[in-house]
Amino acid sequence: MLTIENLHAQVEGKPILKGIDLDIKPGEVHAIMGPNGSGKSTLSSVVAGNEDYEITEGKMLLKGQDLAELSAEERAHAGIFLSFQYPVEIPGVSVTNFIKTAINANRKAKGLEDYPAGELLKKIREKAKLLDIESKFLSRSLNEGFSGGEKKRNEIFQMAMLEPALAILDETDSGLDIDALKIVANGVNKLRNKDNAILVITHYQRLLDYIVPDFVHVLFDGKIVKSGTKELAFELEEKGYDWIKELA
Amino acid sequence: MSYTEEELKKELETKEYEYGFYTDIESETFPKGLNADIVRQISLKKGEPEWMTQWRLEAFEAWQKMEEPDWANVNYTKPNLQDISYYSAPKKKDQYKSLDEVDPELLETFNKLGISLEEQKKLAGVAVDIVMDSVSVATTFKETLAEKGIIFCSISEAIREHPELVKKYIGSVVPPKDNYYAGLNSAVFSDGSFCYIPKGVRCPMELSTYFRINQAGTGQFERTLVIADEKSYVSYLEGCTAPSRDENQLHAAVVELIALDEAEIKYSTVQNWYPGDSQGKGGVFNFVTKRGLCHTRSKISWTQVETGSAVTWKYPSCILKGDYSIGEFYSIAVTNNHQQADTGTKMIHLGKNTRSTIISKGISAGKSQNSYRGLVQISSRAKNARNFSQCDSLLMGNACGAHTFPYIEAKNNTAQIEHEATTSKIGEDQIFYCNQRGIDTEKAIALIVNGFSKEVLNKLPMEFAVEAQKLLEISLEGSVG
Repeated sequence: MLTIENLHAQVEGKPILKGIDLDIKPGEVHAIMGPNGSGKSTLSSVVAGNEDYEITEGKMLLKGQDLAELSAEERAHAGIFLSFQYPVEIPGVSVTNFIKTAINANRKAKGLEDYPAGELLKKIREKAKLLDIESKFLSRSLNEGFSGGEKKRNEIFQMAMLEPALAILDETDSGLDIDALKIVANGVNKLRNKDNAILVITHYQRLLDYIVPDFVHVLFDGKIVKSGTKELAFELEEKGYDWIKELA
Repeated sequence: MSYTEEELKKELETKEYEYGFYTDIESETFPKGLNADIVRQISLKKGEPEWMTQWRLEAFEAWQKMEEPDWANVNYTKPNLQDISYYSAPKKKDQYKSLDEVDPELLETFNKLGISLEEQKKLAGVAVDIVMDSVSVATTFKETLAEKGIIFCSISEAIREHPELVKKYIGSVVPPKDNYYAGLNSAVFSDGSFCYIPKGVRCPMELSTYFRINQAGTGQFERTLVIADEKSYVSYLEGCTAPSRDENQLHAAVVELIALDEAEIKYSTVQNWYPGDSQGKGGVFNFVTKRGLCHTRSKISWTQVETGSAVTWKYPSCILKGDYSIGEFYSIAVTNNHQQADTGTKMIHLGKNTRSTIISKGISAGKSQNSYRGLVQISSRAKNARNFSQCDSLLMGNACGAHTFPYIEAKNNTAQIEHEATTSKIGEDQIFYCNQRGIDTEKAIALIVNGFSKEVLNKLPMEFAVEAQKLLEISLEGSVG
């Protein structure tokens, strides 16, 4: 699904990623853990195509296609979805209108007609239910005045609607209480299948109790210093990140 | 791709005017220049009665003593009024009865604009009175309206057929001496629309007029008069586009609305005149006087979407003369490249318990300047008057400007006046968020702008709102890639 080879990236001349290798196969869930400032969010931004970051070395392939050639929206069309750590507000644009615009933009890129309104509405209702979203919520302005939990639920709602090949969940657990966390994780789990892949980026092990990863990677100072199975997450939780620093 | 401010700015500057084409229709045009004789000729050409000719001549005399105002926050080279031809009419036989009689080129023009008569005719509930180069060339739905006693025709026809109404109301809200351009309009107006809704009648359809400037070098001086008699209701739509021209074209219209006791007038405008090219060359000068007079318990609501013109100078206003009358102003003004807009409203509270609402949304891009100028005036007699004003500005790039000039004069201490203002910028993070969801930058800007303008767009009649949204997109998007 996603292959990253020796990826180096910098922002404003400052190197952040210093040689990342990662191979995610369809049906897999990978988790990237690491302390603050290790480059976790940079990695998700770079994969999604944020041009604030400059790639200085290495490459990224999605289903064999070189991502360097694709703009952010083209990467989205190719099936990359990023659940933002801090989703932005767009005043006056409702949750429904935004997702409709996104879905039809993706369809247009594939040469398809707009999604028929009736079917779209049906799909919206179905996915909203999955995430325990009330219909009133759907007419609110995107992220405006949303609580932390509402913002993250809305991100996963968009993921459910867009059905991406690769979903990157950037700190999806931050700002969530345990109930909201369960709803979000439950939603993500229902979207898992053998054809898609999920990359979970998190500081804490907590989320991984609910979204159970096949592989866990520890990121430190722009490099993956240790990889393992879900047990590695428990180890990190127990020992903290300090012992990792010694590995680096 | 995410966009830097610089790239975004460049992109916005490279948008060409979409409706820039010119229709080649034979017209009869007066020689350039303005004097009393030309004023008389216009009146004669239109077969007007003597009182109208005199009215025009008095206006002309008064105008000659007036000076062009310069207080607005706009810079331009004053148009040479002696270098304009004051009359131009498509050289055609009398009124058309069906589309078959209409010049095919004219129909083609409407097709290009996406407002073909065929479409319009099919659009149930919309009657169209099209003004092209000063003379009405087609009118539809007239008979349906006539059954209700509604008069909807060109102002020239009204002067001939309904002189008592025209004589009573023309100049009653915007007197010829009101301002320089209103004076000029009063002397030389070539055509425009007239509408009268009888007592207690609710106009069953949106009345729609499409204006269009078409002849090189002819200024257009439209005159619109809408009278809603007691307890009547009308929704009036005005929309405009114009072909590209190198020289500046002057447009100085006057619109007068009269809402008698308990009547309601909703007046919506979509204005998309040629704004000039990306260097600021050419474009329409739009110096318009729009004003409504509200009698007791009546309501006038102005909604405007202004995307065109090189220079706009326009303040649709309400004189709330009657007790319990209501004035509303909802506006979206978009400026790009070198466009300059100084627009807003005046709410003059004279009656007791009068209320007014002002919602203004200014969107500036390129090197444009966008000013809101508003006056809320509460007279000493206007007990318990209330006003709410909200002025929001959205900026794109670093070279444009947004300005707010709110004037408040309250002479009665029972008045309640609220004013809110915000300024924001389209953020790169918003654009990237949209890009990540598969929405390209053009579409993302359109989405953000439409969201910003939603409160005003919602006030437009349905079919107009769709057109207005499209216009916002056209005005602000550039070709990506």
